[in-house]
Amino acid sequence: MSERVLLQARGLTKTFGDFTAVDGIDVEVTQGESFGFLGPNGAGKSSTMKMVAATSPPSGGDLRIFGLDPVTDGAAVRARLGNCPQQDNLDEEITVEENLHVYGRYFGLPRTVIRERTDELLDFAQLTERRKDKVEPLSGGMKRRLTIARSLINNPEILLLDEPTTGLDPQARHVLWDRLFRLKRQGVTLIITTHYMDEAEQLCDRLVVMDHGRIVAEGSPRSLIEQHSTREVLELRLPLDEHADHSDVVHLVDGVGSYVEALPDRLLVYTDHGDGALEAVHARGLQPLTSIVRRSTLEDVFLRLTGRTLVD
Amino acid sequence: MSVSGVLTPGLAMWRTVVERNVVSFRRQWAAFVTGFAEPVFYLFSLGIGVGSLVPFVMTDGGSQVSYAAFVAPAMLASSAMNGAVMDSTFNVFFKLKYARIYDAMLATPLGPRDIAVGEVAWSLIRGGVYALVFYLVALAVGVVESWWSLLAVPAAIFIGLAFSAVGMFATTFMRSWVDFDWIMLVIQPLFLLSATFFPLATYPGWAQPIVMATPLYHGVALERGLMLGEVGWGLLWHVAYLVVLGVVGIWATSRRIETLLRS
Repeated sequence: MSERVLLQARGLTKTFGDFTAVDGIDVEVTQGESFGFLGPNGAGKSSTMKMVAATSPPSGGDLRIFGLDPVTDGAAVRARLGNCPQQDNLDEEITVEENLHVYGRYFGLPRTVIRERTDELLDFAQLTERRKDKVEPLSGGMKRRLTIARSLINNPEILLLDEPTTGLDPQARHVLWDRLFRLKRQGVTLIITTHYMDEAEQLCDRLVVMDHGRIVAEGSPRSLIEQHSTREVLELRLPLDEHADHSDVVHLVDGVGSYVEALPDRLLVYTDHGDGALEAVHARGLQPLTSIVRRSTLEDVFLRLTGRTLVD
Repeated sequence: MSVSGVLTPGLAMWRTVVERNVVSFRRQWAAFVTGFAEPVFYLFSLGIGVGSLVPFVMTDGGSQVSYAAFVAPAMLASSAMNGAVMDSTFNVFFKLKYARIYDAMLATPLGPRDIAVGEVAWSLIRGGVYALVFYLVALAVGVVESWWSLLAVPAAIFIGLAFSAVGMFATTFMRSWVDFDWIMLVIQPLFLLSATFFPLATYPGWAQPIVMATPLYHGVALERGLMLGEVGWGLLWHVAYLVVLGVVGIWATSRRIETLLRS
């Protein structure tokens, strides 16, 4: 049985004047999948999401959502999508439950249906006790959960999450991730953008790495790490002269690992055996101020592919 | 498996925009009152105060009426204008720029035209309520002259339509609250110089065509004809003017929302 393709993009492009935000990307997302766009700010993730959300017309290429053209069948596409934009745009003048009610009405849902779903969704968002409160004084995490609950009012087939946990404290992020896992388990197709590699690793079955509007790699988090990085990474902070940078001392660890990346404040030695590499460093008479051996992450993949870090 | 939201085809989706405003305004009745107060103050201070110094006024229709009866229809028209303009400018600007209410709406099946029509319809409701309250005040102080005046409140809807559509269109060009001085700069002369406080015949010859080209003049002339019982087919010309302005305004506003929020 063939998998049902919900989103298909071929050569998808978005330009603003002379600036090309999305530069001809090919993407396919199938039903039940958790798909991610990983990349730094300005990589073109949000522009892509807006096109997929049928709120911004593509400048070029072909885009199909549920087999429909989001430009000519925009309303029909949006009726089947849940949309969590990067910036919360909750209705702050009204209460938590009124937000769900009003939003459900925008979808043309009958009041009785909205009422039933409101109870479920408030429970899901852990906001039942705040249902009569205005939105404005809620915490950032609560607002985010309400935005997600709101976007589920129409039982969407795809939920779009643009930077779902940006700006939240670690605890609020974990609560949110837990909620998103539940949705994933229920079979909701998730499309997520993030510049957090841990979020991508946690939530995405498959992802594309974006940079400057292009896709530079694609695969599962695990396969991306296997393809583009080593098993382990040795992070070293070396004693330097006042004006020196770690890029000036790369030659000191030449040949210790498979390859080395220099950041301003440390060296990353890529190797399958971190402890062995550290011994080799000591054998060369180097005395690092700090040294850590860790597993490779998507951050390393991104660094390898673009020469830059995700969050700067 | 998930089931998509039920969408009734042909449903007037703009009504949900009105519904949102009703929900929001349930707790804000105080804000509702402000736009209504000004014309009432003018009716009492100028119409009745100055009116006691002026024995009567010759209308453009050729009849003699008390000054208060002459001014009251103009204040009703201004009341409808105020209600519509306040809502379609200040409130719409806040929703557009700060609260991002329309961004949220456009992520649903609603489109720019639903937003424009919905917001204008809401302004009409607000303008209509102001007109009704003002009409009741005018009735109470005895400055209503004709049974035709029963049509004065429905007629105010046309004034609201024109002003809220154009007001919302203008608002889509506003960059900050400072730009709202321009709105006041337009509204004040319209309020004072649309044959509101003096008959058109008292304006200098060169100014009369200018006055006749402006929207509030048509609203005032329409209301005055109805409230003073000077009724003729000519009143439909005023209605037509206001309706055309309203329809063009809604169309242009939809286009602007599309450009601003769907780039």
